[in-house]
Amino acid sequence: MREQRSYPTDAIILKHTDLGEADRVLTLLTPYKGKIRALAKGSRRPGSKKAGHLELLCYSQLQLAVGRTFDVVTQAQAKENFFHLRNDLWYMTCGFYLAELVDRFVEDRMQQMDVYTLLLDTLRTLDADAAELKKRRAEGAEPSPQDRDRTRLLMRYFEIYLLTYIGYEPVLRNCAHCGTELKPEENGFTPTLGGAVCPQCSQLWSQALSLNALKVMRLLQRTEWSHVPHLRLDLRLQAEIEAAMHSLIRYHLERDLKSWGFLEMLTVHTS
Amino acid sequence: MSDVAAPVAALVEELSKLPGVGVKTAQRLTFFILRSPTDQARRLAEAIIRVKESIVYCSRCYNITETDPCSICSNPGRDQDSICVVEEPLDVLALEKTGVYKGLYHVLHGALSPLNGIGRKDIRIDELLKRLVDGSVHEVILATNPGFEGDYTAGVIKDDIKNKITVPHMKVTTLARGLPLGSDLEYADEGTLSRALEGRREM
Ligand SMILES: [Zn+2]
Ligand SMILES: [Zn+2]
Repeated sequence: MREQRSYPTDAIILKHTDLGEADRVLTLLTPYKGKIRALAKGSRRPGSKKAGHLELLCYSQLQLAVGRTFDVVTQAQAKENFFHLRNDLWYMTCGFYLAELVDRFVEDRMQQMDVYTLLLDTLRTLDADAAELKKRRAEGAEPSPQDRDRTRLLMRYFEIYLLTYIGYEPVLRNCAHCGTELKPEENGFTPTLGGAVCPQCSQLWSQALSLNALKVMRLLQRTEWSHVPHLRLDLRLQAEIEAAMHSLIRYHLERDLKSWGFLEMLTVHTS
Repeated sequence: MSDVAAPVAALVEELSKLPGVGVKTAQRLTFFILRSPTDQARRLAEAIIRVKESIVYCSRCYNITETDPCSICSNPGRDQDSICVVEEPLDVLALEKTGVYKGLYHVLHGALSPLNGIGRKDIRIDELLKRLVDGSVHEVILATNPGFEGDYTAGVIKDDIKNKITVPHMKVTTLARGLPLGSDLEYADEGTLSRALEGRREM
């Protein structure tokens, strides 16, 4: 008799798609096998013991049996389920966005340990921030638009590092066209060249990039998140940095991300 | 199945397209129908046709119905000031079976899912908001499915109501998320347990 091969792995659940009446196909990010798809049989049945451990963005320990089309989940135990993130619309949307970015950029079955660690760390930060915000609110703090500034910056941080790990590091030190070191002045930004462009090459600019925007992006690029200072950025500067990063992502993926619309929807509400 | 009569083969093929029905089951059903009285077969066929031809969406709650408005929306005995929001028509059926709820419903026909490209235009959130504008509804019960997308959809609706609906004394509630029936406490994940605790009620 042939032995059924089975292996344990940690995984972050990036996505699920319904299959048939009660099953789901999961997209998982794992430390050693990269992005894989797996079948969770019966996980949509009420009372399924596995379902809660296989929710979107759960960080779980799985046992997978090697299957013909998909590996099949035979055991699942959530290690961290980011409970606070799950209870706040804004943080949930940010979580969706991270998952969508990773799903789009990471190829199937390519080990990508740095992306895996980045995603896990970022989810933990989001969860801690959500918990912290909930605590402040419970103590009577009024909701403020600034509540989200830190998370917005974290999204930019994530984008910069993700692009870097995938091999599309944003060019922010030297002109992406002529290579001259960028000076502290207004420069330009050109997604098709992969980053910032100096004033001498201004005929190639897609958009202008203010000195402050360049400074913030460089700071993010060379600083670990826990050391990034609490910056007070005005809305215009935030929007400028976001637009630059999104234009870069759009260029590499040749598409818009679906979560952008959801994030915008929430931004419009509260402004 | 070349030695089987063409009508039989056709029925087997059609039946095997149904969810949960494999070829073996489709064959069993086909031979059952073949042996049953003509009357009975005709009733089955007519019931199938009627489902497709006479069922429409209720223009108020978007449940599937034979009459518009549906029997729940047009029943004056139902509490007109509360709406229970669900993802699918089957959820209405499940809640009606409990017999506990006496208000109205709103069927979204799905849940928001950024990763699968289901946005707010794809489900009936705006239609729900329209029903709330005139102020006759005072409680909205969000009964989306447990899970990330269901919770997310409930969150978006709650946010929308807060930001767009200026009806005084509007209450938005969610179903207490308890343990699924038939599941053991020891197998329940932390999220379900926390929710079950948060949603606990005095007895
Ligand atoms: Zn240049
Ligand atoms: Zn109705």
